[in-house]
Amino acid sequence: MSIHSRHIVIGGAAGQGLVTVGQLLCKSMIRAGYEVLVTQDYMSRVRGGHNTYNIRVGVEPLTGPTDACDILVALNQETVELHRNSLSSKGLLVLDEELDALGLPALKVPFATLAPKAIFQNVAALGVLCSALGIAKEIPSKLVHDSFGKKGDAVVQQNMQVLDDAYAWGLANGLECEKLPQPKNLTPRMFLNGNEAIALGALAAGVKFCSFYPMTPATSVAQNLITHGRKMGVIVEQVEDEIAALNMGLGASYAGAPTLVPTSGGGFALMTEAVSLAGVMEQPVVIVLAQRPGPATGLPTRTEQADLNLVLYAGHGEFPRAIFAPGTIEECFLLTHKAFDITEKYQTPAFVLTDQELADRHMGVVPFDLSRLPAVAQPDLGDGAAEQYRRYALTRDGLSPRRIPGYGSSIVLADCHEHTEDGHITEDMGMRVAMNDKRFIKAEGMVDEVVPPKRFGAAHPKRLLVCWGSTEGAAREAADMLNAKGESVGVLSFSQVWPLNPGQFMADLEAAEEVICVEGNKTAQFARLLRQETGFAMHGTVLRYDGRPFTPDYILGKLAG
Amino acid sequence: MIDINAYGEYKTSWCPGCGNHDVLKALKQALAELDLAPHQVAHVSGIGQAAKAPHYITLNGFNGLHGRGLPPAQAVKLVNPALTVIAESGDGCNYGEGGNHFLAAIRRNVDMTLLAHDNQIYGLTKGQASPTTFEGHVTKSQPDGVTNAPFNPIAVAVAMRANFVARAFSGNVPHLVKMIQAAINHPGFAMVDIFSPCISFNKVNTFGWYKQRCYELGDDYDPTNWDAAMEKAYEFGDRIPMGVIWKTDRKPLNERLPMCAKGALGKQPVDKAVLEGIMQAYI
Repeated sequence: MSIHSRHIVIGGAAGQGLVTVGQLLCKSMIRAGYEVLVTQDYMSRVRGGHNTYNIRVGVEPLTGPTDACDILVALNQETVELHRNSLSSKGLLVLDEELDALGLPALKVPFATLAPKAIFQNVAALGVLCSALGIAKEIPSKLVHDSFGKKGDAVVQQNMQVLDDAYAWGLANGLECEKLPQPKNLTPRMFLNGNEAIALGALAAGVKFCSFYPMTPATSVAQNLITHGRKMGVIVEQVEDEIAALNMGLGASYAGAPTLVPTSGGGFALMTEAVSLAGVMEQPVVIVLAQRPGPATGLPTRTEQADLNLVLYAGHGEFPRAIFAPGTIEECFLLTHKAFDITEKYQTPAFVLTDQELADRHMGVVPFDLSRLPAVAQPDLGDGAAEQYRRYALTRDGLSPRRIPGYGSSIVLADCHEHTEDGHITEDMGMRVAMNDKRFIKAEGMVDEVVPPKRFGAAHPKRLLVCWGSTEGAAREAADMLNAKGESVGVLSFSQVWPLNPGQFMADLEAAEEVICVEGNKTAQFARLLRQETGFAMHGTVLRYDGRPFTPDYILGKLAG
Repeated sequence: MIDINAYGEYKTSWCPGCGNHDVLKALKQALAELDLAPHQVAHVSGIGQAAKAPHYITLNGFNGLHGRGLPPAQAVKLVNPALTVIAESGDGCNYGEGGNHFLAAIRRNVDMTLLAHDNQIYGLTKGQASPTTFEGHVTKSQPDGVTNAPFNPIAVAVAMRANFVARAFSGNVPHLVKMIQAAINHPGFAMVDIFSPCISFNKVNTFGWYKQRCYELGDDYDPTNWDAAMEKAYEFGDRIPMGVIWKTDRKPLNERLPMCAKGALGKQPVDKAVLEGIMQAYI
């Protein structure tokens, strides 16, 4: 059971407009002052594609998805059949009057009457749902104006008429639906998902180049950069394959463009040789990997956290890297921004590791305060003593000033071999060792800048749940639910998983009586990494690898079992 | 004209007599005559004997992975259109490992030059068949003779209507210089397939073998006639044509993208006011 929220599940076939209805409804609820959290579920293998858009709404901040369903909006009969058993005891089914409610308490909507053409059904559904939930009509009205304004007055007028009729119908038909409590949060908020927040974070950091090959669930990162690229001066190039994507990205980085390359596990596997190139060439690049379950094609539209080892070890040879794993939409923005700083400062690849659940998770998010963002490291834009410039000059901190070819008369030679200070091939043993050591001196600085893990729940917990990335929300809520029953449970959530800085968290691990790792894979990859690096063996694990996101109920069930 | 000494003089690891020495000499002369200073050029390569070129000439250089010279080269031009971009690698790198990038580069048509050393053998790895090795050619790795049909880079590039397709021979440096210059000056993706004989591992397609067959196309040849170009692309026997086989003038990608019009992308500041506006649209 969940706390302090209600759950609306919109289900239908792909192409029926469930995402449009869902987005309009969510934006209305956010504008009304509610907290909203959306999880998208693409059941693409069930009879021609059955999808759901799962909305959680409440007045208190929400952290993650749940399994509940209080209002089921069925756009087709299949949705009724598939979800009839998940509807809660006080739940309500909303469906077209032509569909069969199978005996469930239902609101049968005459969509054919309310929407003169099929194209208006989304707005008709919005009107009915807003009235059912007790959202003042002015809010969806303004949203319809805002959303359809560009299409001209006639389109706006037609949609407004449909909205009015649908809302009035909803009121007149005395719905037996529990109204939402009074909202609290009247701050204007964006309706934003993880991939959109990553794109905004990259733009804020100054991204200028993105090369990509489409792959679910990462594609919309590039898509968002395409949408805003012209205004922000970003080139986004869809390329022939993922190998080209990262190699091209490194060329762009060499030529002075802060660069982002988004992909998922299979695409990233193709990039691994170029990851190694970025390491030896000391070329900055931010790689976003939105995980989905493997091996190989796995469950293409589902979620998992099983590519930690892949990202940790990708690329032959040894070189430093940073891996961020945002736990929230805000962190998708902030840590992508930080990844650009770290990759430029340390001239080695930085990763943003998310997953389908977080990529597609939508929430209400206050617009980011750009004036409070720290400055992002820049290359060396000087051209002093150009004739003596050496791209890989050996320095005390391992950082060689990175000049950009063509900006001045300095010659910049970037190389994939082991090389001399000026970038030429060498097989000299001493130089090899010096260069390898130089690259790892940089790693020491990176440890000092690690984002510390976050602590939630009980202050001095007896039981500590350790998690990373998107699992944070469900783990926090599970801890809250246990603490409400009088237990002592804390959460230690890592949003940077490499490098680790044990000084930041060892005391937490040692103080708890029981430490449980909660992560979305079969082999407890993070628990093993932590043990490898610190010697600390966790006392148990809660793992999920069925392709579904963690929910509090799932965690509680595993802890109890 | 730039002093040719500006491009430096380096000790190479190429065999004495290797065609690559002459290609390097021709590249320096071509750049000097075009008045391109070392810092105005980005020289990108992959892996192979030819791909070591950035280490033997003073230019901005990016020596990347085997087969992957073209993707970074294109990106460099898009990100900083002021740079003259030259990719240089061998037949294995461009037509084998990097074949997909070769096709994509022709389609993308970024303003850059590809110098493809073609010696019809793998030199760096000591004598295996390359994509352009003839059928039947016996090597240590193909002891019964090559069974694959050879890749015809000129025919593929002409078939795809690449912006500029030329062939040259390291044994004719003055002509090679002209071809490199014409390729650099031609807008869009321009390739020169350069016969550069491997004296150690190809005992069939030797310097003499090419010398005997290569002839220069005359002024009466029209490189804008696609049918004639396809015919020349398949002339590869007793006589092999040298020169501009095909050219056209499809607009380069860097001239189509509005982002390239303001110069180097890395120098453009982040417009925070625009970004604030973008965020407002999500509300």
